[in-house]
Amino acid sequence: MENILALETMKEGHDGSGLGLTLKNLGGEFVDLKKYPVLSGICSKDGKKLLDAFMKKQGFRLRHEWNPKIRPTKNIAQHDYYFARAYDYPAQYKDRPIKEKEELLMSTRIALRKIGEPGESIFAFSFYPDVITIKEVGDPLEVGEFFCLDKDTIKAKVIFAQGRQNTNYAIYLYACHPFFIQGYCSMTNGENTAFVPIREFLMSRGFQGYIGYNSDSEVFTHILHYTVRQLGFPLTYYKDVITPLKSSEIEQRPEREALRLIKQSLRPLCIDGPNMVIGFTPDGTCFMVQDAKKLRPGVVGGVRGKYALMSEECGVDSVVSKRDRTKDIFPMKYDMVVISPDAEEVGVWNQLQG
Amino acid sequence: MEPASGLKLDHNHQLSLKEFPYIIRWRDDRCKRCGKCTAVCPVKAIEPTVKVQRTVKSEGPVPTPVAVRSITHVVEQVMDMERYCTGCGTCTLVCPNEAIEPELNPVNKFLHYKNKGGDPYKRGGRRNDPSISTLDRLKFTRISMLTDPALDAGRHEFRIRSYIGRILSPEELPLKTEKGRLSVDKGADKFIPPVREIFPIMIGSMSIGALSPPMWEGLAMGIAYLNEVEGLPVVMCSGEGGMPSRLLRSKYLKYFIIQIASGYFGWDEIIHSLPHMVEDPAAIEIKYGQGAKPGDGGLLMAQKVLKLIAKIRGVPQFIDLSSPPTHQTKYSIEEAVAKMIQSMSMAWGFRVPVYPKISGSKTARAVLNNLARNPYAAALSIDGEDGGTGAAYNVSMDKMGHPIASNIRECYLDLVKQGKQNELPLIAAGGVGKKGNLAANAAALIMLGASAVSIGKYIMQTASDCFGDEYNRCNLCNTGKCPRGITTQDPKLYRRLDADRVAERVVEVFKAADVELRKIFAPMGRSTELPIGMSDGLSIDDKAMAEELGIDYAC
Repeated sequence: MENILALETMKEGHDGSGLGLTLKNLGGEFVDLKKYPVLSGICSKDGKKLLDAFMKKQGFRLRHEWNPKIRPTKNIAQHDYYFARAYDYPAQYKDRPIKEKEELLMSTRIALRKIGEPGESIFAFSFYPDVITIKEVGDPLEVGEFFCLDKDTIKAKVIFAQGRQNTNYAIYLYACHPFFIQGYCSMTNGENTAFVPIREFLMSRGFQGYIGYNSDSEVFTHILHYTVRQLGFPLTYYKDVITPLKSSEIEQRPEREALRLIKQSLRPLCIDGPNMVIGFTPDGTCFMVQDAKKLRPGVVGGVRGKYALMSEECGVDSVVSKRDRTKDIFPMKYDMVVISPDAEEVGVWNQLQG
Repeated sequence: MEPASGLKLDHNHQLSLKEFPYIIRWRDDRCKRCGKCTAVCPVKAIEPTVKVQRTVKSEGPVPTPVAVRSITHVVEQVMDMERYCTGCGTCTLVCPNEAIEPELNPVNKFLHYKNKGGDPYKRGGRRNDPSISTLDRLKFTRISMLTDPALDAGRHEFRIRSYIGRILSPEELPLKTEKGRLSVDKGADKFIPPVREIFPIMIGSMSIGALSPPMWEGLAMGIAYLNEVEGLPVVMCSGEGGMPSRLLRSKYLKYFIIQIASGYFGWDEIIHSLPHMVEDPAAIEIKYGQGAKPGDGGLLMAQKVLKLIAKIRGVPQFIDLSSPPTHQTKYSIEEAVAKMIQSMSMAWGFRVPVYPKISGSKTARAVLNNLARNPYAAALSIDGEDGGTGAAYNVSMDKMGHPIASNIRECYLDLVKQGKQNELPLIAAGGVGKKGNLAANAAALIMLGASAVSIGKYIMQTASDCFGDEYNRCNLCNTGKCPRGITTQDPKLYRRLDADRVAERVVEVFKAADVELRKIFAPMGRSTELPIGMSDGLSIDDKAMAEELGIDYAC
């Protein structure tokens, strides 16, 4: 709820058309369920039957379920069933490597999405260990109260909250930030002018998970996933992919030869902003990155163990008011702010210097 | 033999002026009979002649009309279809009194008659179709405004650059990670194809021989200046016919794409220069087809093969130089394309991108798919039906070929299906800048999927004031009688053209295009990379076209 209140302080910067929350490193009732994948979503009564039948058929066994308490309000059209369910892997997957498990979880989520899409009977937002996603259309504060998040015991160390639904396309639950795929998550402030070629490039990678794109910002998550998981690049190269340096600037970097190749081969993934991207990776590292012109605001502030990555400073004030404000970081166009897992330390990686 | 007497002359088989494409409007009252117009006419369509004139004069205080017969000099249009007025208007340019001007005759029957001796009409120029092309109907309709700030073409940093060369897919990159840093894995033994960063508008293939020395030199000087002084990496293709050996051995070679076509003209000199080259060329273009005359070969007529041209091309003087329609030593797409790309790559130690150029065609996708599987193919250049030429049959120019817009789009989408849209750059040509909208046409093609565009006619027009248009004006490029001195080897004609001025115009054109491209891309929110395939930015006012191109319809 703290995060939603922070969103509220920044409400002049968003249109309050929806709320998306992604929680990672869960506590509360999920603290002992870390190795079990959690399926988050929404479904109708019919959808629930379909969901149960499908999951059973796939061999997933329900281990624990959390449903938010609902405090109905007239501004939010209530769905029948909101859930976060921890499952046991199917027996044959128990000892498989994590990569194979991830493929199974993703293909299951996509299958559920496809089953539920026609009549909007099932929305499946994420299916991954130690991650919960909650989304609903409406004013963020109202949505927070609607889910009784102010009273709930659900806890997490990494909390991503976004208070703006899709501006340029239809309001739709799948278009709501944050976006998640196989442990990688991001949310964005801005618009993606190069959406179509980026979408075409991702969709032509032959990777099943690169679908959806009800929001032009979803590609940022998939670029992150593609860069780090699929290509195996260290996280900082995400910046080099989405905002490549000029040729003359590349020459200053020690790995110039590799960067030249990356710039050419990943040319379709270059963004032109205006964008500020906040994301996390499976190990819990969080980051903030700007477009190459810094056309959107972004600030990182906090104390050891608790950092806030926000669009505006008033949001940081709301969450971590007792901090040394002189140490707040306003990343500029070459910067990538990286916060290590468990918010142990914060660092600024400069793209020019590498 | 003339009848001895008693019979009238038969005018029945004589053409009337109405059959001619241009009619000379000559004004007796303004003409001072200097003779400049008749001397300068490249086709001798006008000639001085004498006529008996009967005038009635009256002098004195009371009317006393007297008929006076006098011999007078006039300028007359010749009524011979072999010497038809091409409408070039050189006569008007040289006339001191504005006494003469050719006028387009829209009801002419020129094509009915221009096949004397069974020889079909051959000409230079472009497709004679003055209608608005698809490229000119495309509009940029997605303007960033309130949902996101548009970029500022004047303030923000722009990189209007593209690549030619085969680009490895990200999955294929030979990279390794050491201490959180990527580096190229030299031990991977992976071939990294050569790639050049270029300005996305290039000058297409026009040969020395087709072009006059000052024209080619002017273009080349302009290109060198743009690269060396303005920092705009514009490249230019040599066309088939080689290059001067001095240029081949100079540091400026890196700004030129050398073309090899079916006649292999000039390649003796090129091969002999190889050991002396201090720079690699920008690329090698293998010409398999040309938009203006698909399926037809090249032809440099004997009258243009003068000493300089003969030397560069390695042939005797004054003989017709025809390049066959196909490469005669090759028999299949797999063999022809792969072998030539391989050979050319090998000649420069695999340091130079090698790509084929074909005519716009329904079969372009077949070629494309073949190239997509060939790791040495550096690009595909497709020349649409509106491309120009130095010499071709009229029927080839007007009726053969495929428009570039849908051809490039279907090829791009084919690559998207295979996930190779960034690996094999597409170069689009044919009608870019047809109505003068160079940057807009180029941007539209880029958004349809081209990585770069190539221009020919446009630069001839704008850098050297070519008379040609889509109403068959002038179009004498094939004859060696170009009145502007652009496509001739006759020193009397080409001395009219100032190479420095051509170079200056080339520089102006590209600098202006660079600004205009920013003006298009900025409001669409693109600045650091080209909007290749950004088709959501485009619309057209025709539903069928919109559907074919996979873009929006707007009206």
